[in-house]
Amino acid sequence: MLDDERRFDGLPARPGVGYKPQHFSALQADPGPVAWIEVHAENYMGDGGRPHAQLRALSERFALSIHGVGLSIGGETPLDRDHLARLKTLCDWAQPASFSEHLAWSTHGAEYLNDLLPLPYTDATLARVASHIAQVQDVLGRQMLLENPSSYLAFADSTMSETEFLAALVDRTGCGLLLDVNNVFVSATNLDLSAQAYLDAYPLAHVQEFHVGGHDEDHDDTGAPLLIDSHGKHVIDPVWTLLEHALATTGPKPVLVEWDNHVPDWPTLRAQAQRAAKALAT
Amino acid sequence: MSDQTTFRQGLLDPSRATPDGLKGPANAPAGKRYDVYRNNVTHSLIAALQTAFPLVRKILGGQSFDSLAPIYVRAHPPKSPVMMQYGIDFPAFLETLPQLSKLGYLPDCARFDLALRGSYHAADAAPFDLAAFQTLPPDEMMAQRLPVAPATRILRSHWPLYDIWRFNTVADAPKPRPVAQDVMITRPQFDPEPHLLPPGAADWLDRLAQGDSVQAAHDATLTTTPEFDLAATLVVTLGKSAFCTDEGR
Repeated sequence: MLDDERRFDGLPARPGVGYKPQHFSALQADPGPVAWIEVHAENYMGDGGRPHAQLRALSERFALSIHGVGLSIGGETPLDRDHLARLKTLCDWAQPASFSEHLAWSTHGAEYLNDLLPLPYTDATLARVASHIAQVQDVLGRQMLLENPSSYLAFADSTMSETEFLAALVDRTGCGLLLDVNNVFVSATNLDLSAQAYLDAYPLAHVQEFHVGGHDEDHDDTGAPLLIDSHGKHVIDPVWTLLEHALATTGPKPVLVEWDNHVPDWPTLRAQAQRAAKALAT
Repeated sequence: MSDQTTFRQGLLDPSRATPDGLKGPANAPAGKRYDVYRNNVTHSLIAALQTAFPLVRKILGGQSFDSLAPIYVRAHPPKSPVMMQYGIDFPAFLETLPQLSKLGYLPDCARFDLALRGSYHAADAAPFDLAAFQTLPPDEMMAQRLPVAPATRILRSHWPLYDIWRFNTVADAPKPRPVAQDVMITRPQFDPEPHLLPPGAADWLDRLAQGDSVQAAHDATLTTTPEFDLAATLVVTLGKSAFCTDEGR
């Protein structure tokens, strides 16, 4: 639906927002610094109607990122070919500037569990995820970006760190990376690690997009902090600080504000995009 | 047993212990940390059901609906990542619940919610050329095949389904009458709209969808519904965007 010149150009190194249909008019009337939008692929896998019409209209004006949440790239079973075909149909139709998915699993057997479930970082997992990423890139005919998860626990079986695992995946598949700095903050807090050290070890040269979002605070059985990646609040200052730290190394990159639950009015979300613009300017 | 089989088993079964091999900081047992995934899976599926079945939830009340939802999501997890399709088995599930036996119309209300959602996401199609149809001589009109639009849905019910929908969603709508009602859902642009169908119209529309002409569908419908009123049926179907043009399909 976009002209060929705009294909595969990548996202602009400016703020973007996770698009919510209730913002359709307000986003276009007053986008502020927002130059691109990201949508969850699965919400646009109907055959037509309003979702497709809105995406078509917004694509005239904003660069588009399609972000899958249901492919289960970390699954033990083969990728769902029907779902991969649906993704290809959507990407062929919408011609997004970027396609991304998660380092997680969500399908087991015939069941889809609607959550991003965690993986042990082992050689066996690495081989499996690498082969799935290669399959996705082959079918879609484009590079994909892989997002780091929010972790609530770790696996006794893991033999490498998440950053080592991601770097190895980039080496093996040539995929790009989507660095969610809120997930880094959540995982580091939950596993009592250093978020700063994570960024220092992370293969920042391969980042093509950042995510920021809000999280909830809880505690585990021992009273230790347990942060939940809820995407339902403002981004907290330490997460902006982490973003700025990473941007200092990567230079300007596309930065997405995610706010998926308790979705605020447009001026509130636009203000978060303005905060992202400030981070990009420093 | 594979790692993910073990991990999955506890997600929708709160009676199971946290799987082995999971840990928190400093090698502490994972404990409640695993429950985060349990909560995410269960609550996200319940939220999807709430979104999918607004009429059923309105009739039952939020509290009753939310107490039934966990039973359904644990017994019927989604079979596809396309969550807009989740809940296909929900009407049949409601039929099996003894506590709902006095609400015999509820499964049809769930089918109504599914049809509304299906219509919302259905393919676009070019609108039917009503003006051209109306200029046809009567015999040619009767010989036409009318393509049913992809977003059109037909619901047959032994219950006053249309009245029940109106009573629960439209302010000051009258109480449902004790009659069987068939409902047609159409989507003029983006928003699906329910309409009450006259007797036999559902059969007539089915015949059209199979490729019958207006006349052939009419004749077949009369054999099962002698009171079928083609004029009244044309008013509601043509007037409410039930058809499309062939090129738009």
